[in-house]
Amino acid sequence: MSDPLQPPANWAIEPPPPPPVPAEEATPEEAAEALAATGVVTLQAATEAELDSLDRRLDERVFRSMGSISIRYVALFMLAGLVVTVGLFAWGYQVYNGIGVAGIRRPVFWGFYITNFVFWIGISHSGTLVSAILRVLNVEWRRPLTRAAEAMTVFALMIGGLFPIVHLGRPWRFYWMIPFPNERGLWPNFRSPLMWDLLAILTYITASSLFLFFPLVPDLASARDRATGVRRFVYRLLSLGWRGSQQQWNRLHLGMRIFTIVVIPIAVSVHSIVSWDFGVTQVEGWHSSVFAPYFVIGAIYSGIAALMTVLVLVRRGLHLEDYITLRHLDRMGKVLLAVSVIWFFFFWAGFLTDWYGGNAISREIQRMHMFGNMAPLFWTMLGVCMVLPFLTLWFRRVRTSPGAILVISLLINLGMWIERFLIVVTSPMRNAVSFNWGTYRPQWPEITITVATFAAFTLLYLLFSKAFPLISLWEVKEGWRIDRWRREGVMEVESDVPSIEGAAAGVTAAVEARS
Amino acid sequence: MACYAENNIGVSDAGQVAMGRNRQWIRIERYWERTQFPDVEARFLPIMCQQCAQAPCEPVCPVFASVHSYDGLNTQVYNRCIGTRYCGHNCPYKVRVFNFFAPEFPAPLNEQLNPDVTVRSIGIMEKCTFCVQRIRRARQEAEVQGRPIYDGEIQPACVQTCPSGALVFGNGVDPDSQVSRLMRSQRGFRLLESFDTGPSVVYLKKGGTARV
Repeated sequence: MSDPLQPPANWAIEPPPPPPVPAEEATPEEAAEALAATGVVTLQAATEAELDSLDRRLDERVFRSMGSISIRYVALFMLAGLVVTVGLFAWGYQVYNGIGVAGIRRPVFWGFYITNFVFWIGISHSGTLVSAILRVLNVEWRRPLTRAAEAMTVFALMIGGLFPIVHLGRPWRFYWMIPFPNERGLWPNFRSPLMWDLLAILTYITASSLFLFFPLVPDLASARDRATGVRRFVYRLLSLGWRGSQQQWNRLHLGMRIFTIVVIPIAVSVHSIVSWDFGVTQVEGWHSSVFAPYFVIGAIYSGIAALMTVLVLVRRGLHLEDYITLRHLDRMGKVLLAVSVIWFFFFWAGFLTDWYGGNAISREIQRMHMFGNMAPLFWTMLGVCMVLPFLTLWFRRVRTSPGAILVISLLINLGMWIERFLIVVTSPMRNAVSFNWGTYRPQWPEITITVATFAAFTLLYLLFSKAFPLISLWEVKEGWRIDRWRREGVMEVESDVPSIEGAAAGVTAAVEARS
Repeated sequence: MACYAENNIGVSDAGQVAMGRNRQWIRIERYWERTQFPDVEARFLPIMCQQCAQAPCEPVCPVFASVHSYDGLNTQVYNRCIGTRYCGHNCPYKVRVFNFFAPEFPAPLNEQLNPDVTVRSIGIMEKCTFCVQRIRRARQEAEVQGRPIYDGEIQPACVQTCPSGALVFGNGVDPDSQVSRLMRSQRGFRLLESFDTGPSVVYLKKGGTARV
């Protein structure tokens, strides 16, 4: 297979190359499929009929993947379910026996749980930020990626939002943080960053759920039209009576325009607030003004890496290679590289000022990081979050290799987890009075629950992939039409990025013309 | 320990203490001046909750479990605490202790629990209260008798049991009280003044002969 990313030889001027498939026998669909695989791009516009055949092919591919359950799916589902069950058992054990079964102690009152909280809230920034920013910028190649990203946001928030409850000393009293009128006249403390957290996360999960749901409605309607029995009933309820009238489309587009813009400041504020849990304290190593932007960029960084992991697995698992293409991985890889450099800039800005500040405590914390017992973690973190992407992602061969992207993005997320762990745990170990220094060693319930969260994420994603299209069908189809209109000069479209989908449409046109 | 007895502090086993999970409300911390035997000298600093005027533990509690009382105490509302442990992080003195497990009172300790003090449940923060139960009792008695509280009338358990009188408790607002006079001493210092928490505890450093 030729490199799909090379600009084609026939770019705009030269006539299209001879089709590799004998066009006489091939149906237009088969020919288009074969040609799309070569990655040849033409600038010819597709006809209505060709677009319809592309639509049918996409629908068929996606709905077929939703309808069938493979042995591997069942095995993965069972495994993830088992791990989640064990994790729930560990949580139950902890609630029954007390938070003391975790390794936290004075002065390190927060450990794995808060690390997981920050990590998963960070992952949740993939969806809204990636998909919203790409939408706002009208980037055409976003179309097949947005759904996977938005679903990820909601699942990561569901998991991350649990951790403030898991880590409580009395988790059964968590609702006391919610401001509800009660007979005792008690009210939560809005000065506390934990209250800001609660409000921010509730706002974010509401906004991102709607952000996932709005563009899902037309796809649910097309699922409804295909489904039978109970599934049809459920899809009918969920699709809210979508008929595809012009008025409904207008409202959907208006709603998405508003939401896309609103959700960006919400996402930025959420991780800023998470960072202020640490930033506004008196704890040396936490008390820092760079934390809010540093956490936000770290969240975007780990979010994009996690999104790439998911994209690689989804395109493989659901056979969506024609839609989530190497071209997408290539572009996401470039974004990842850029964000990794920005992340390192913020890391360095904090590190350097701490270093030159010469404060005895922060010097001791840095010593622990660089040479002390945290050194293996610290250097691993820098290695996989800074050195590894910088050395590899410059190369197109790496960016277009799903295997390499999978390994790199997983390692980056490992590094980002370690980064949060170092922030949460090391700083409280050292403080102004040396007899209050302490350490931390995670215990099995914490480790089990941490592992279980990854299984829970997998489980949610597996369930989602069978119930809902993981590619936004109508948006991809819309992209094809916009592409066609642009080529025909019917419509002024503010995007100069040629899309592979458009290319496929053009290819079909070429084949048609020849046969 | 008077403090354990007075305030129903649960005891922890050796393993828990080694992890740093003992529930001591007042710790005697050693500062070694000279450590080469036989030339050794240590200074002692009893560290309990400093009852800060601007306590960093208070604004961070999401449920108002850590609040200021009307008479300047930094109180912990046990019933209200949900155990976020945020206050423990934000306390510069690290004097807040957490009930990682339910408190235990192995026999015969279970026979001598103080009925005036709550036994705290699992999963909540606790700390030195300046023996608030004694303060409240003295105040109520004074109110009933229609008189101000006498200087030295209130003695927290640690003050009461200290044989050398190294700890003095009293009304810092009253300029004539013993504690006010001691607080004005040139030897007085407060712990970690750079945090500007306004602690209510004043330590007198060594040296000097000022007597009050």
